[in-house]
Amino acid sequence: MHEMSIALNIIDIAHEEALRANAKKINEIEIEIGTISGVEISALEFSLDIAVKNTFLENAQRKIIPVQAKAECLECNSIFSLTTFYEPCPNCQSLTINILQGKELRIKSINID
Amino acid sequence: MCDTCGCGQPNDEVTIRKPGDEKHHEHKHTHEHEHEQDHEHEHEYQSHSHERTIELQTDILQKNNLIAERNRGYFEAKNIFVLNMVSSPGSGKTSLLERTIKELGNKINFFVIEGDQQTMNDANRIKAVGAPVVQINTGNGCHLDANMISRAVKELDAENNSVMMIENVGNLICPSLFDLGEAKRVVIISTTEGDDKPIKYPTMFASSHLCIINKTDLLPYVDFDIEKTKQYALQVNHHLEFIQLSVKTGEGMKVWYDWLRNSMKNK
Ligand SMILES: Nc1nc2c(ncn2[C@@H]2O[C@H](COP(=O)(O)OP(=O)(O)OP(=O)(O)O)[C@@H](O)[C@H]2O)c(=O)[nH]1
Ligand SMILES: [Mg+2]
Ligand SMILES: [Zn+2]
Ligand SMILES: [Zn+2]
Ligand SMILES: [Zn+2]
Ligand SMILES: [Zn+2]
Repeated sequence: MHEMSIALNIIDIAHEEALRANAKKINEIEIEIGTISGVEISALEFSLDIAVKNTFLENAQRKIIPVQAKAECLECNSIFSLTTFYEPCPNCQSLTINILQGKELRIKSINID
Repeated sequence: MCDTCGCGQPNDEVTIRKPGDEKHHEHKHTHEHEHEQDHEHEHEYQSHSHERTIELQTDILQKNNLIAERNRGYFEAKNIFVLNMVSSPGSGKTSLLERTIKELGNKINFFVIEGDQQTMNDANRIKAVGAPVVQINTGNGCHLDANMISRAVKELDAENNSVMMIENVGNLICPSLFDLGEAKRVVIISTTEGDDKPIKYPTMFASSHLCIINKTDLLPYVDFDIEKTKQYALQVNHHLEFIQLSVKTGEGMKVWYDWLRNSMKNK
């Protein structure tokens, strides 16, 4: 699954940022994953468990924060949460919607020493 | 999660080669993570600690996206129109490319990048119809990424004012996240698949510009409802365009050729 690529990218970025900040170690990393990003959090956790061995992130606490997907209805302008890409507007049932958030794949922060 | 496909794992090996190049010319994929073993001593000289939090807000795919933008700049400068063709295995991607090259190859210069986990088969098929082609074998990886394209493009050395078709690894999940630098993403679905594919794999349909529904010659024999597929796909992406065709009989191919020529002009 692509979650392994995602895990390796996370490790690379955290590594670079930690070096840039002259960090001795990374205590914690906060990662934001959109609920419709296409990345499964459980699969990502699993990949990270394997991939962090012998890296800067090996002993870091991981916080993976899901970002709830939200959309705006282009017919009636209501804003609503959704669990899939293709939910009708709960207000007017329109399917013409614009996704506002939920596709995030982001490292929010690292806490370092 | 499937444990056979740790795409991008440090020891996986991506090969990029042309048909006939089977023996020599292998580019080993070297990995940036190799040095990570020696961190601890690197930083040990720092004795006292200053705990602090750095706000990053960094896109996890930023490296891929950066290389993809670089590819895109290269393609635009050379006026190369690039398509990223994605689908489940066996939907007819290579067949579509073969027929398109045969029928349009005297008017348009085509270049092809083939992505498969193993074998040169698809590249050999493309070479047989006369287009320059490079095969990327991803090994365990289940998608192409922008860096592989950047390397393959160097091998291919495409001419200005041409069309480059990239056949991604047959997989409707992983390739959706990886921008290659293409102008348009084309998702292909065939009538032998379930007509609910668009809502089962929404990320792919959401990120595509065109949906080709192939194997329409089989419609009398299969339980596939084209209208339902379109409806599902539009729920996921209301900008998606559709072309239904049969690579086998040629029905609908003209609509695809018109789309291709129009998109080249209006890109
Ligand atoms: N009946 C029918 N069969 C087709 C059509 N297009 C392709 N096929 C057949 O579908 C099978 C798969 O075609 P390919 O072109 O190899 O498919 P692909 O998507 O490139 O497959 P992978 O690269 O393995 O993912 C072959 O047996 C083709 O002959 C079509 O329009 N109608
Ligand atoms: Mg193929
Ligand atoms: Zn997989
Ligand atoms: Zn993958
Ligand atoms: Zn509404
Ligand atoms: Zn890597």
